Amino acid sequence: MATTRTFKVWRGDAKGGDFQQYDIQVDEGMVVLDVLHRIQAQQANDLALRWNCKAGKCGSCSMEINGKPKLACMTRMNSLPEGETVTVQPLKTFPVMKDLVTDVSWNYAQNKKIPKFKPRPRDPDGKYRMYQEDVDRVQEFRKCIECYLCQNVCHVLRDRDGRELNSFVGPRFMIRVASLEMHPLDTEDRIPAVRDEFGSGMCNITKCCTEVCPEHIHITDNGIIPLKERVVDRFYDPIAMLMRKIFG
Amino acid sequence: MALNVSEIQTIDHDVLVVGAGGAGLRAAIECSAQKLSTGVISKSLLGKAHTVMAEGGMAAAMGNVDERDNWKVHFRDTMRGGKFLNDWRMAELHARHAPARVQELEEWGAVFDRTKAGLISQRNFGGHRYPRLAHVGDRTGLELIRTLQDHGVHSGISFHMECTALEILKDGDRVAGLLAYWRETGRFVIFRCKAVILCTGGGGKAWPVTSNSWEYTGDGTAMAYNAGAELQDLEFTQFHPTGMVWPLSVRGILVTEGVRGDGGILKNNKGERFMFNYISERFAPETADTVEEADRWLKGDKTARRPPELLTRDEVARAITAEVKAGRGSPHGGVFLDIASRLPADVIKKKLPSMYHQFIELAEVDITKEAMEVGPTLHYFMGGIKVDSDSQMTSVPGLFGAGECTAGMHGANRLGGNSLSDLVVFGKLAGEGAAEYIKKLAAKPAVQESQVVSAVRAATDILNRETGANPYLLHDKLCETMAKGVGIVRVKDELETALAEIEQLKKEGETLKAPGASQYNPGWHEALAMRSLLVTSEAVARCALMREESRGAHTRLDHPGESKEWVNFNCVVKKGPDGNMQIEKRPKPPGPPALVEIANAKIEDLESGKVGAGVK
Repeated sequence: MATTRTFKVWRGDAKGGDFQQYDIQVDEGMVVLDVLHRIQAQQANDLALRWNCKAGKCGSCSMEINGKPKLACMTRMNSLPEGETVTVQPLKTFPVMKDLVTDVSWNYAQNKKIPKFKPRPRDPDGKYRMYQEDVDRVQEFRKCIECYLCQNVCHVLRDRDGRELNSFVGPRFMIRVASLEMHPLDTEDRIPAVRDEFGSGMCNITKCCTEVCPEHIHITDNGIIPLKERVVDRFYDPIAMLMRKIFG
Repeated sequence: MALNVSEIQTIDHDVLVVGAGGAGLRAAIECSAQKLSTGVISKSLLGKAHTVMAEGGMAAAMGNVDERDNWKVHFRDTMRGGKFLNDWRMAELHARHAPARVQELEEWGAVFDRTKAGLISQRNFGGHRYPRLAHVGDRTGLELIRTLQDHGVHSGISFHMECTALEILKDGDRVAGLLAYWRETGRFVIFRCKAVILCTGGGGKAWPVTSNSWEYTGDGTAMAYNAGAELQDLEFTQFHPTGMVWPLSVRGILVTEGVRGDGGILKNNKGERFMFNYISERFAPETADTVEEADRWLKGDKTARRPPELLTRDEVARAITAEVKAGRGSPHGGVFLDIASRLPADVIKKKLPSMYHQFIELAEVDITKEAMEVGPTLHYFMGGIKVDSDSQMTSVPGLFGAGECTAGMHGANRLGGNSLSDLVVFGKLAGEGAAEYIKKLAAKPAVQESQVVSAVRAATDILNRETGANPYLLHDKLCETMAKGVGIVRVKDELETALAEIEQLKKEGETLKAPGASQYNPGWHEALAMRSLLVTSEAVARCALMREESRGAHTRLDHPGESKEWVNFNCVVKKGPDGNMQIEKRPKPPGPPALVEIANAKIEDLESGKVGAGVK
């Protein structure tokens, strides 16, 4: 059943902007992205937004809907309070480029800092062997669609300094490091970098990232905490510290 | 207004790859490995290309699950699935190289699902004789793209994101570069390079019900055509049999063939498992004809034949269309796909996690309890830019192509799982081909200013015009035309009507107006994409009108059945000297006798070595 809904969409660029109001017809089964597309086609041809797959698989259409970070393609209109105005604005943590599009290039720079996968040699028959139970956890991390909702809600990154001083790579890239560190074939050691360059100590485990993950990855419990533990085991284990003192 | 070309930003590379999906990334990695300065441009952000949507897996005859598998059986399956219209050499290269490409991905960090013995697991899929698809649940495309992306960023490749290609720049007959614009600023950029590799995918956005994203507007196909390259066999547009049909806003979104591979069955509104009524002669000897035999096959009985739900995509799509037409469809115009009654809920969630997620969140359907409603959705272009099978070069020197935007590999119909493997096999070959070409190139070709000026003018006219047609409405009209006249079944007069309408839309396309400035302006982007989509759509309609037979994904109601004559011909499209589209019925080169024998062999003879033993 079609109804008319009111949308307030943030329009503007790096210099500033404001909410614009659109009254638009909404049909049964629509998601927020459908409504934005309809606004774009009928009322605001130049409304800028990112999207690709429209099925929660590519992580392009991240935005804040009624103040909550979400994928627009997976937010059904009937999940929002009936009759109320829907507010849509760009992710808060990253600089606005135009309307709902933000500059997420900082994230690509973080990814590049992570040392690449370095596998052990193949078995004599030319194949690799890994068991499913040994890769389940890595596969959980590799479900990440890089929507950056976790980066958007991370307290460390919300603080401008967190990004500008590069003190923490953020939950997305902690998960990526974890997927490499827990990969059964990998031989690279990234634990010193996890402590220093990637800033594992900055995370204070509030789990905001886990809450917003559309892939339901247990970012904090399964990824960040185990990495923190590896750092502690390596650098702060009292017995190891004692051994280092004695044997240098 | 005078346009000063020297003020336009220029970037130099040896090779420019257009598109950052599986084919583009693999091509770029190869170019970089060959010590070439390599750039990649992509309309979206890195890692968002349409490849992420691929679900089921990538086909490679590794024999990890059934040791009887080998490249020859894979090659035979591919030719039969493609109704023998495939380029023989490409189908051979693909089947031979796919296992090495999959293993290479593993070496670059991909984590495929495992067998009990710890090897890469392989699943069943339509048209594949043996379990052959390396996969990661139902998100294999994401694994492929992330692996290539993470490998690529450490390979010295320059990634230019949110940058849209407009035109191939030439020096005489040769490629000299490419004109593009940054989506963020709307500013133009000239890439000066010795070779361009197009990896731009298909043109599914010309249809209203499609699994394709906004990027699929046939940009590479149209750019190649405008640069003088030949296109081939565009009439073969694959309708994937199972797209979502409800709610309307998700109509067309893909439901992986993996659902059927794992035992899902298709039913009509009478509860009948109807696929048993649609087994064609070609596949009858290898398809189960009773429910009992189909179920035995699913349990792993190697003497049983395959369930009819796993026939090739063209056959299943036509069967669904026929059921709906006969009044036996589901409430929203599809049929029912049932996995709930076939597997326990926890197994469904483990094997098909993203399908479970997709249906519960978008359609409020729990697929572990209820059947899904599905129907055909435009999914894939088998036809495209004509390339050399080994070097992947087009008929324009220095212009290469790989992946969905090219023609030949899949013939008249693509098997599921053969796309992801196609991307990496031919992506690598295109990179090698470009490197080889550059090595022999005497001097770097020069970009011609006059071409840049006219291309920039054509693009900016859309913004500068006072009034004009709305690009979004033009897009809607084109979709309507293609759905009506160039759909899943076709007839002469409807195709002619469609072509007449396309002529009209082309005229409208010349007067498009995008309001607003050039900075991140979707209206302008849409208008520019429409130019490509109109060329691509016209080529599809012209080829569909020319091919007077029904083969694979191309069904002509006025010419039912495969014709003995047409299997020997390709439809080749080229831009004529007058600027109009020319089409030619061109003899298809015959296959080498040894390969022809393998493709036509009975499966028992191939397995026993009676046929093909001499081919290594």
